[in-house]
Amino acid sequence: MRYAAPVRAAAHRFAFLVLLALAVGLVVLGKADAILVERLRTTVSDAFAPILEALASPMATVDETIADIRDLVHLRSENLRLKQDNERLREWEQRARELTAQNLALREALKFAPHDEVRSVTARVIADSGGSFVRSLLVDAGNRDGVTKGQAAAAGEGLVGRIAEVGDISARVLLITDLNSRIPVLVESTRDHAILAGDNTDQPSLVYLPPNLTLSPGDRIVTASDGGAFPPGLPIGVVASTSDGVVRIQPFANWSRLEYVRIVDYGLKGILGPVEPPPAASARGKHPAKP
Amino acid sequence: MTGGLAHQLDLAARRLFPFALSVLMVVLSVVPLPIPGNGLVMPPLGLMAVYYWAIHRPDLVPAIAVFVLGLLEDVLSGAPTGVNTVMFLLVYGIMRIQRKPFLGKPFVVMWFGFVVVAPCAILFDWLLSSAVAGKAIPPLAAVVQVLLAITLYPSVTWLFAAAQRAFLRQKP
Repeated sequence: MRYAAPVRAAAHRFAFLVLLALAVGLVVLGKADAILVERLRTTVSDAFAPILEALASPMATVDETIADIRDLVHLRSENLRLKQDNERLREWEQRARELTAQNLALREALKFAPHDEVRSVTARVIADSGGSFVRSLLVDAGNRDGVTKGQAAAAGEGLVGRIAEVGDISARVLLITDLNSRIPVLVESTRDHAILAGDNTDQPSLVYLPPNLTLSPGDRIVTASDGGAFPPGLPIGVVASTSDGVVRIQPFANWSRLEYVRIVDYGLKGILGPVEPPPAASARGKHPAKP
Repeated sequence: MTGGLAHQLDLAARRLFPFALSVLMVVLSVVPLPIPGNGLVMPPLGLMAVYYWAIHRPDLVPAIAVFVLGLLEDVLSGAPTGVNTVMFLLVYGIMRIQRKPFLGKPFVVMWFGFVVVAPCAILFDWLLSSAVAGKAIPPLAAVVQVLLAITLYPSVTWLFAAAQRAFLRQKP
């Protein structure tokens, strides 16, 4: 009996060291992109997705209530702004009609075969990175909804990231602001190619820009179809600053209110690996579209 | 005395409580909040839980439970696998050995301990995350986390202490 306590203490210490070694092993394995580690991650994410979903809903309600109150205060100015917007958009609508007609005529002339219709899945954001040193989101759509690795995720007006891990009912979106995010992009006006590189700040920067290209604040940046991962022309943001040779982009996405994301399936092989055959269901949403 | 099945179940539930509360902390720390600064503003609730229970009831939150908590934190937050697991285990291991000076001491002593432990743990997390990423991560997020950890520790710990009083009265 006298030896019980020291033996137990030694067993505890041994168990602790084994677990610590296992944890270090996971860091190394995870770094090597082991499929096993990824399977573990998606399994855990799937298991916790329903709980996170239940917790995310009331948070969203609180958010909406606060937003409603704020909207009430700005009702008059908002109305004025919308009237102006409406006028401007009417002009654009007219322009779009003209262009559509022209586009159809040109397609006819070129015997152009358009791509398949782009399908999309709307998913709710159920977890963010919670203060860790990454910029990513967990959403409540996965394999079952036709989500695959490499697809683009957009919110509101712009691209927010791409799918990095997929489980059955959940998927992780690596945001364009994350340190590891690299997205092929185009400068909309000049059609010059570049790579949008995140660095964990709210404004990712452009790298591999062609030499002697001059960009000015306000220039629009859109996705390029290089690598076939993304639908081309998806808006990302505008040039915010070009100081010291670093071109920073202000994304269109509103990071503080990302509640839903639209996962766009362009139906092409992504840069991140093979895509499974497209699921039977076409354009479907897990959630009703937000107005 | 062992009592009936109901008593056994009750006892098991009480013994599981610190771990369950810690899991809840980890989950809560990734729930999207309606405040700006996505991913930058959550206090490290999991770290607080590990620190608290390593000192107060390490018998109810063994190393394997801490391992599970760390892994859960890694997966749910999207951190590289194992980074928080290693950090949680180190904090747990150190506090478990050093718990004696904190037992039965006023709350301020516990807080002071955390003021020392939290920056070290977050610095370690930052270093390991940077090593995995292969480049230095902007340190602002780490600084914000340290400040949040230190300032919010009293209120979060109050919850733990209340839970401990309510469910685990039998043993100090």
